[in-house]
Amino acid sequence: MKFRSTLTALLGLFAGAAGISEAQAIEGYAKPWQMGLQEAVSPSMEGIHWFHNGLLLPIITGIALFVLALMIYVVVKFNARANPVPSRTTHNTAVEVAWTVIPILILVVIAIPSFRLLYLQRDIPAADMTIKAIGNPGWNWTYEYPDLGLNEDGSAKVSFTASLDDNARDIETARAASVPYLLKTDAPVYVPVNKTVKMIITSDPDGIIHAWTIPSFGMKIDAIPGRLNEDWFKASRTGTFFGQCSELCGKDHAYMPIEVVVVEQADYDAWSQKAQTAGAEEAHKFMTARLEAKAQLAQQ
Amino acid sequence: MAHAATAHDDHLPTGWKRYVYSTNHKDIGTMYLWFAIFAGVVGGILSIVMRMELAHPGIQYFTGLASMVYGMPEGAALDAGKHMYNVFVTAHGLLMIFFMVMPAMIGGFGNWFVPLMIGAPDMAFPRMNNISFWLLPPALALLLISMFVEGPAGAYGVGGGWTIYPPLSTTGQPGPAMDFAILSLHIAGASSILGAINFITTIFNMRAPGMTLHKMPLFVWAVLVTVFLLLLSLPVLAGAITMLLTDRNFGTSFFVPSAGGDPVLFQHLFWFFGHPEVYILILPGFGIISHIVSTFSKKPVFGYLGMAYAMVAIGVVGFIVWAHHMYTVGMDADTQAYFVAATMIIAVPTGVKIFSWIATMWGGSIEFKPPMVWALGFIFLFTVGGVTGVVLANAGVDRALHDTYYVVAHFHYVLSLGAVFAIFAGWYFWFPKITGYMYSEKIAHLHFWVTFVGVNMVFFPQHFLGLAGMPRRYIDYPEVYAGWNQISSYGSYLSAVGVLIFLFGVFQAYARKVQAADNPWGVGATTLEWTLSSPPPFHQFNTLPVIK
Repeated sequence: MKFRSTLTALLGLFAGAAGISEAQAIEGYAKPWQMGLQEAVSPSMEGIHWFHNGLLLPIITGIALFVLALMIYVVVKFNARANPVPSRTTHNTAVEVAWTVIPILILVVIAIPSFRLLYLQRDIPAADMTIKAIGNPGWNWTYEYPDLGLNEDGSAKVSFTASLDDNARDIETARAASVPYLLKTDAPVYVPVNKTVKMIITSDPDGIIHAWTIPSFGMKIDAIPGRLNEDWFKASRTGTFFGQCSELCGKDHAYMPIEVVVVEQADYDAWSQKAQTAGAEEAHKFMTARLEAKAQLAQQ
Repeated sequence: MAHAATAHDDHLPTGWKRYVYSTNHKDIGTMYLWFAIFAGVVGGILSIVMRMELAHPGIQYFTGLASMVYGMPEGAALDAGKHMYNVFVTAHGLLMIFFMVMPAMIGGFGNWFVPLMIGAPDMAFPRMNNISFWLLPPALALLLISMFVEGPAGAYGVGGGWTIYPPLSTTGQPGPAMDFAILSLHIAGASSILGAINFITTIFNMRAPGMTLHKMPLFVWAVLVTVFLLLLSLPVLAGAITMLLTDRNFGTSFFVPSAGGDPVLFQHLFWFFGHPEVYILILPGFGIISHIVSTFSKKPVFGYLGMAYAMVAIGVVGFIVWAHHMYTVGMDADTQAYFVAATMIIAVPTGVKIFSWIATMWGGSIEFKPPMVWALGFIFLFTVGGVTGVVLANAGVDRALHDTYYVVAHFHYVLSLGAVFAIFAGWYFWFPKITGYMYSEKIAHLHFWVTFVGVNMVFFPQHFLGLAGMPRRYIDYPEVYAGWNQISSYGSYLSAVGVLIFLFGVFQAYARKVQAADNPWGVGATTLEWTLSSPPPFHQFNTLPVIK
């Protein structure tokens, strides 16, 4: 950890020298010079953290360093000056068996937690609520909350479309408005904390493939025309979390962010009440004010 | 003696006929190599423009580029520029795969050295060899032309990525650019299939007396496995892109969900080709590296049979792992679990190869000539790319890394730093044999070090970007990613300097005309090409060599 912070400081110095603007860390996303995964806020991402940082990264670093060490040894010990007469050895059964069997054992060690993580992600648990996300040809997402009531024609009463916020389209504007550039949407998805949320993901029938992801939730799933994909998350803390479309979808692929705001159950209930009566746009304004007031109260 | 053989031959064509009408495997190989260098330079320029754009957040270059190249008015240039970035991504990938690595490895080194190494006078079907090569320039021309014809409304070129997934490649880009690209791939694929048939026939039927399969040099083994992969996988691509073509132009609906089709079907077909394809790109490199490591350690290859059958195993298993490129399409857990297991198995024969190369050097008497330095670079960098492949094999972790820069870093470590390092190793190994001229070793070493530092600077930080969540194929990104992106871009400028050093070294070798010895590498070089003159006679092995 100490090494990390020293390194970050050094990189910051380098950045200053190289004329890189010192960007701000984005809460619920990443920070400048980040070298690892984003914060884990759901069971899937916690599993990914443990599996990648705790097992895979040490193993692959060890293997790469082991190969490097062998190569350095060979270069030092068996160069033409140090060893003018080459041996003629071309076989050593014990070594050959070892370098076949040991990797297999390492792979078995990797495979067991790998399968456990995979089944944790793909066995969708009983959900507390469901949200449907639809990727649109106009490079934005439509969200539907079917649990909050249906219209006569079967469509969800609470439904809204989220595009990249106008303030987040330009770096200078985004800085002035202090919104995260390319990440802020004009209509975030509200979900309650500590509740299992099932996501139904699809794309407009006449559209193209997109992918819905929130890195902190450890989920990423393609939105495909004509298919209903499902995935889930259970956010372990409140806050705002960002993601970006993760399947090449044309010119505005980089301008199709995803924003999820995780709130306390009481706040969520208030939002859903408002959304059902006054519509999603009013509910978003209402919630923004409510959460700001709450944050100010917490500061005092 | 070899020179005397040339004197008896009065069929030596001259001028343009020597190349356009060529049925000579060495001349055709040379044309493939020059073709690959040309395509590599074009593909490289595209990648440097992309890195220039990505050096800072915001759009710096592509708006201006779109108005400059396509004459877009100010209002439309922004959107056309965004699409143009995707066009560059697509063209860079297709150029490097189909028109740089494959022509260099298979068409270039394969044509030159498979007949020489097995003691054959030429390829089995010399005229087919000619058409294999001459299909490539029109294919390349079609791909380059596609960048200048309409793609989506109001923009030019194919911006679907080298994977050309529908519906982005059908309804997403209705203009003719995509049709040009499809035709380009069809022709390049036909070229490769003809080449594959030629190599299989040559290797099975034209080995010198006494050269059994188990005595065949490892490069020939590598090419044999590679061309089988080509022969079996390319028809699947051809089928998939033909369906794409008819969906686009003739009203079929193979990939149209509202009419009984399925976009994911294309992905399965594409990757059934695409995964063997990435082994097609690297396997010949495995063969080249084996020869170089053995030559400069002055030792026979350690575990020859293990090395040969490891490549066969990689080739076979390579056909049953394709859906690990598609972990996020919504496949059920059991299907993903199978692909996780199958994919990880490939690490075992790959590990056998890495360790066998090190064991070949062990106890050797290593000389650090340029080919060997490139080979050492290959072994380490390929290991780095290999272990990140093990990470990505795990569907659970791939959930976080799929379509991020981690994937970009991974496949550039195995291809840009693996396959390309193997090509340069082979280039410096065989250049004296091909041209008869010795190059400056100083320039070759400088080329190595500049490239080594450059490409690592480009791609190592991309691991961090990917872990931190930066998606790939993005023209612009949140400011938090600015730092590593800038380092990556600086690295690409340095790599470009490396390419200039390479080109200068080639120019200088031709200008100096220092005659290379028949065998410049000494006792370690034991394959048949080193028994011939440098360059070899126009027709070699009029009397077949006998292998004991």
